[in-house]
Amino acid sequence: MTYFPEEVVEHIFSFLPGQHDRNTVSLVCKVWYEIERLSRRTVFVGNCYAVRPERVVLRFPNMRALTVKGKPHFADFNLVPPDWGGYAAPWIEAAARGCVGLEELRMKRMVVTDESLELLAKTFPRFRALILISCEGFSTDGLAAIASHCKLLRELDLQENEVEDRGPRWLSCFPDSCTSLVSLNFACIKGEVNAGSLERLVARSPNLRSLRLNRSVPVDTLSKILMRTPNLEDLGTGNLADDFQTESYIRLALAFDKCKMLRSLSGFWDASPFCLPFIYPVCAQLTGLNLSYAPTLDSSDLTKMISHCVKLQRLWVLDCIADKGLQVVASSCKDLQELRVFPSDFYIAGYSPVTEEGLVAISLGCQKLSSLLYFCHQMTNAALITIAKNCPNFTRFRLCILEPGKPDAMTNQPLDEGFGAIVRECKGLRRLSISGLLTDKVFMYIGTYAKELEMLSIAFAGDSDAGMMHVMKGCKNLRKLEIRDSPFGDAALLENVAKYETMRSLWMSSCNVTEKGCQVLASKMPMLNVEVINELDENNEMDENHGGLPKVDKLYVYRTTAGGRDDAPNFVKIL
Amino acid sequence: MSVETERSSTESSAASGLDFEDTALTLRLPGSSSSDTDRKRASTSDPSCRSPSAAASDSPPSPKYAARVVGWPPVRSYRKNALATAAASKFVKVAVDGAPYLRKVDLTAYAGYTSSTSYDQLLAALQDKFFSHLTFRKLGNQEMKLVDTVSGTEYVPTYEDKDGDWMLVGDVPWRMFVETCQRLRLMKSSEAVNLAPRAAR
Repeated sequence: MTYFPEEVVEHIFSFLPGQHDRNTVSLVCKVWYEIERLSRRTVFVGNCYAVRPERVVLRFPNMRALTVKGKPHFADFNLVPPDWGGYAAPWIEAAARGCVGLEELRMKRMVVTDESLELLAKTFPRFRALILISCEGFSTDGLAAIASHCKLLRELDLQENEVEDRGPRWLSCFPDSCTSLVSLNFACIKGEVNAGSLERLVARSPNLRSLRLNRSVPVDTLSKILMRTPNLEDLGTGNLADDFQTESYIRLALAFDKCKMLRSLSGFWDASPFCLPFIYPVCAQLTGLNLSYAPTLDSSDLTKMISHCVKLQRLWVLDCIADKGLQVVASSCKDLQELRVFPSDFYIAGYSPVTEEGLVAISLGCQKLSSLLYFCHQMTNAALITIAKNCPNFTRFRLCILEPGKPDAMTNQPLDEGFGAIVRECKGLRRLSISGLLTDKVFMYIGTYAKELEMLSIAFAGDSDAGMMHVMKGCKNLRKLEIRDSPFGDAALLENVAKYETMRSLWMSSCNVTEKGCQVLASKMPMLNVEVINELDENNEMDENHGGLPKVDKLYVYRTTAGGRDDAPNFVKIL
Repeated sequence: MSVETERSSTESSAASGLDFEDTALTLRLPGSSSSDTDRKRASTSDPSCRSPSAAASDSPPSPKYAARVVGWPPVRSYRKNALATAAASKFVKVAVDGAPYLRKVDLTAYAGYTSSTSYDQLLAALQDKFFSHLTFRKLGNQEMKLVDTVSGTEYVPTYEDKDGDWMLVGDVPWRMFVETCQRLRLMKSSEAVNLAPRAAR
C-alpha cells in the first residue's frame, strides 16, 4: 500500500466513515499519518481542554469543519459555577492563524464573545455554517458581524443560547447579495426582529429549508413567510398566542397548505389551542414535532393534534400530555423513535401527570422507540421490566423521577430490578440516566450488562463505594461518567485509575471524595487534569467520617495532552 | 422545616434559629428525615422493615426539594426561563354577590395538578382567603358550590370568558380555564337557574 501514490491513499481514506477510523489509520506509519492529517476535513474535539487549539490547527491545516465542546454536561443544570471556563476565543484565534479555509464551526457549552464572532466573520472567506448550542457570552452585535461579512453563509443555527439582546438590527445586516441561506434558527433570540427585513431575507433565499423563528414573530409575518417558502422542511413557528382575527387564521391555514415538504415543526410559543386545528392538515406529513414550549396546551389539545401525526418519528412534549395522552401517542405514532417528555412545573416538583403507565403504553405501541427522555412522578419495577421487554432497541434511556430517591410506587422497593432489566434487554444501550431509590445492586447490573454504555448519569443513588466500582470495572466502553449526591468516596475514585485515560471525563459533585483522594489520583495519573471546584470555603470545618479531611464539593477529571489550563478561575484548583 | 424543629433535641439550636439538623453534613436531602436515609441504606439488608410512611402516595409531596436542591430536576435554565415567561401570573377579579368589594386571585398559583385538583384548590383558596364562613361542597356529578353556613345561601362559582359569556366553573380543562377566564363571580344559586347544570346538557 505504501507504493501507491499519495492521492490514491488519500482517496481511499476519504471512504472512512468517521474520525475514529481516521485516527486509527494515522497510527499505522508516518506516511499514512501525514497523508491523513493533510486530508482531514472534519475535526471533532469533545473536550476543549483535552488538547491545545494550536496543536489541532498545526496537525490539520486543511480542516473545513471544526466541532468543539466546552463545559461538562452538568453545567446545563447550574452545577458548574459561572466563569469556570470553556472559552471559544483561543480556538477561533488559532484557526484564524493556521486554518483560513475553515467553513463550518460547531460549538456546544462554550463562552463565545462578540469579538470572536467578528474575528470569525472577517477572517474566513469561505465560512458558511455557524452552529452554537447552549453557549453564552455574546450578543446580537456578534450576529450582526456574522450576517454582514459572511458572504457565503448557508447556516446560522442558534440552539438554546443565552444571547444578550441589543436590538433588531442584526437581521437587517444580511446584505441584499446574500441569497445562500439554507438554515436560519434564531428561536433563542429574546428580542424583536424587523418583520420586513425577515420577509425580504426569506424572499431572496430560494434554498431555505429550515427556519426557526423566535417568540416575537407574529402570526401574520409567519403566514407571509410560509407563502414564500414552499420547499421548507423544518419550521419553528413564532408566537401563536390567540389574539388574532379570523382572516389571520385563514391566511395561516392557506400558508401551511402550501408547505408540502414540511417534515418538522417546533416553536409554538405561547400557543393557544384555538390555532392548532389550522395546522392539522400538515400533521400527516410530519416526522418531527416539538411542543415542549407550549404550556398552555393541555392533554386534549395535544392528543387531538398528535393523533393526526401518523408518521411521527420524533416527539418532544410537556408532561401536560398526561398518561392518557401518551396512550393516544402509542396508538397513533407507530414509527416513533425518539420521545422526550419534559416537566411543566419546576417549583412544585415531585408531581406530574405522567407516571409509569404512560411509558408502558408507549412501549407497547411504539416498538421502534430507541431514544427516551422521560420526567415523571413515579415509576415501578414491573413497568420498567415490561418496557425493557417491549422495547429492546433503546440506545438512549434517560428516566428522571422528579422526587429524588423515590422507591417503586407499588412495592416500595428500590428500582434496581427495573433498571437491571433495561440494561439486560437493551444490548445496544449507549446512554443511561437513572433516578429513584437505587442501591449498589443497580450498579452491579449496569457493570454486568451495559457493555456498550458510553455515558452514565447518576443522581442520589447507591449505598457505598462498591456501586461506583461495579461501573468502573464492567462498563468497557464508558466515556463519560457524571455523578451527583451519591455516597462514593476515595476508594471508588482510586479503584481503577487507568480507566480515566480511556474516558473523556468524570464528574462528581456532593459525593464523599476528599482532597487527599484527588491528590493521589493526580499524582498517579499525570495525563489527567484533576479539577477541584470548591465555591464555598466555610463548609470545610465540619466533616463526618473522612479522617478530618474536607470533602470536595465538585470534582472534574479529564484526560488531556495539554497539561493544566491557564484560564482557570481562582475557585478551581488543578492538581 | 417543621419536621426538623420537632426532632431537634437541643434547645439552643431553637433559640439561635439555627436548626442543628440543617447544618449537619449528611448526604441526605434537606427536608428529608433520617428515617428516609435509614430506609435507603437498609434496603439491601432487610426490606421487611421499611417504614410504611415511605409508601408513595397520590398526593403531591412537599415542594421543598425543588426549592432546596440545586440543579434538580435536571432541566436546562433556557427551558426553565422560557416556560416561566410563558406562565406569568394571571390575577382576576373575584366578586361575591352581596359583598361590598371585590378581591383578586392569581389563577396561575394552582398549576401543576390534575384539572380537578386545581379547581378544588382554587375554590378552597376562595373559601379560606375571602369568605371564612363559607364551606366548599362538591356534589356527586362534579358540580361545585360554596355554602354560607351562617345563612344557608348557596353560591355557584361562575366566570366570564373571552367572549363575554358567563360560564359555570369546572367544565373545561384547567389550563383552558386559566387562559379564557377574565373574572370570577360567586353567584347566588337562586340567580343561577339559567346556567344549565352540567348533568342536564
